Amino acid sequence: MDLRKIVDNLKPTFSKGGKLSFLASTFDAFETFLFVPNTTTAHGAHIRDCNDMKRTMIVVVLALVPAFLFGCYNTGLQVNLTGWTAFFYGLVRILPMLATSYIVGLAIEFAFAQSRGHEVNEGFLVSGFIIPLIMPISTPLWMVALGTAFAVVFGKEVFGGTGMNVFNPAILARAFVFFAYTPQMSGETVWFSTWKMMGAQDAVTGATALEQLSSNGAMQWSALDAFLGFIPGSFGETSTLCILIGGAILLIAGIASWKTMLSVFVGGIAMAYFLGDVCGMFSYPAYYHLLVGGFAFGAVFMATDPVTSAQTSTGKYIVGFMTGALAIFIRLCNPAYPEGMMLSILFMNALAPLVDYFVVQANINRRLARAKK
Amino acid sequence: MNSKSVKFLTEPLSGSNPVIVQILGICSSLAVTVQLKPAIVMGLSVMVVTAFANLVMSLLRKGVPQRIRIIVQLVVIATLVILVDQILQAFVYDVSKQLSVYVGLIITNCIVMGRVEAFALGNRPWDSFLDGVGNGAGYALILVIIAFFRELLGSGALLGYRVIPESWYIANGGCYANCGIMLFPPMALIIVGCIIWFHRSKNPSLQEK
Repeated sequence: MDLRKIVDNLKPTFSKGGKLSFLASTFDAFETFLFVPNTTTAHGAHIRDCNDMKRTMIVVVLALVPAFLFGCYNTGLQVNLTGWTAFFYGLVRILPMLATSYIVGLAIEFAFAQSRGHEVNEGFLVSGFIIPLIMPISTPLWMVALGTAFAVVFGKEVFGGTGMNVFNPAILARAFVFFAYTPQMSGETVWFSTWKMMGAQDAVTGATALEQLSSNGAMQWSALDAFLGFIPGSFGETSTLCILIGGAILLIAGIASWKTMLSVFVGGIAMAYFLGDVCGMFSYPAYYHLLVGGFAFGAVFMATDPVTSAQTSTGKYIVGFMTGALAIFIRLCNPAYPEGMMLSILFMNALAPLVDYFVVQANINRRLARAKK
Repeated sequence: MNSKSVKFLTEPLSGSNPVIVQILGICSSLAVTVQLKPAIVMGLSVMVVTAFANLVMSLLRKGVPQRIRIIVQLVVIATLVILVDQILQAFVYDVSKQLSVYVGLIITNCIVMGRVEAFALGNRPWDSFLDGVGNGAGYALILVIIAFFRELLGSGALLGYRVIPESWYIANGGCYANCGIMLFPPMALIIVGCIIWFHRSKNPSLQEK
């Protein structure tokens, strides 16, 4: 039977006056998920194309897939498995986290949309996918659920839902879990799973590349390994290569801004060069910092979030540069936090509207001065 | 007690609560609510100070010149706070240690000064006293609610007694962990926000347009 027909047959039940009309926004969410809505604009001249928010979000999810697949493989690799066994081991570990984050997040989103009587927004498709990718693999599921719930309620819904949030919800979930359960989320063993299945063994080493860099000034992996991603770390963040493939997809589809993305990397390398080669705080090459930890993941998928990043062109350069520079600055100058990307993205999320404000004011002043001449 | 007097006592508990409706005294309500016990002591202290400050200022209201009234109010409030502080140090020394500067800072608590200015200077002593008790109780109520959640979720205990069994914790083979962020003031602010959220949704007349 034709899917379109099924949906059309169900529609009157959920429309106004129907038996289940209180679930209208839930129905609407599923309908627009399956079919591109053919709504036409009644007032003014607005151009609609087929690339609505659901399609936009699904492209971001697709861009995350390379990092996700590699994460599955690498998780198995870190417990001394190889080949397909390693991949399936990682897949079995990540799927419960992914399901938890989607079920909790979407349930809250649907409940809020329902109670406020507006459409379900689809922003969570991406946040829900990113949340498990930036958590340590050994995070208990209830912590994932709690972090997700906190991020969706206090990061998003209290501000008015998708498009209104000040902070990136995914990074907020990570930040909440990090500060709420610090003993469980830091330390040397957290990055490895303790599940003994499919013949998994305990990993030989304890510290991540970033922790080794900050405590020993060197890491046991080569720069190529770090670039390809054969290092321990959060699920999706290890492979810079896969993240860059995702970044290319985002740029080709025109979803993320290359200005933000590029300036985060420039800011990071500039600060690393300044602190390393000029101030002499470390002796390994400065570009190591772009390869290890969550730097590349944050730069490509989180700093470029169209809602929380700067809106003006100049603002994008400034906010991007500051995000990258601050991340490296926190990494090297604050011993309490080996990874600074999370904090610097949140901080610049808060400052982005201010940067935009000054950029717009500067433009107004420039044009006023020209008009007066 | 007639119904008007009862209203002085009950109104500040919800409809004109000093913390969640007038948004006064937020600072101390974030600082002293890590555990339930200091929160209760702090709530009682503020209740005593607001009640007696209102009573004394209401008695003096006809004799104090308008221009120096703030100085007189401060002298009265400061005296009461020092009294409360000495009593706490004498009888509950450990709690007094925990509250540290925040007992002394009751002097600067906006609720005390606010009630004296807004109510005691224009009303009779008995009414002012009741109003002070009511506002102090409204403050104490919110403190207790915040501290209840913070101590329960942050340390797994209430009033120092363990509520969540030791065997549930990850370290002992369980799967539970205390929510460390509850011990930080920012989370207290979020709890205040949640209380306001809940309270406003139950009282639509208080919602800002």
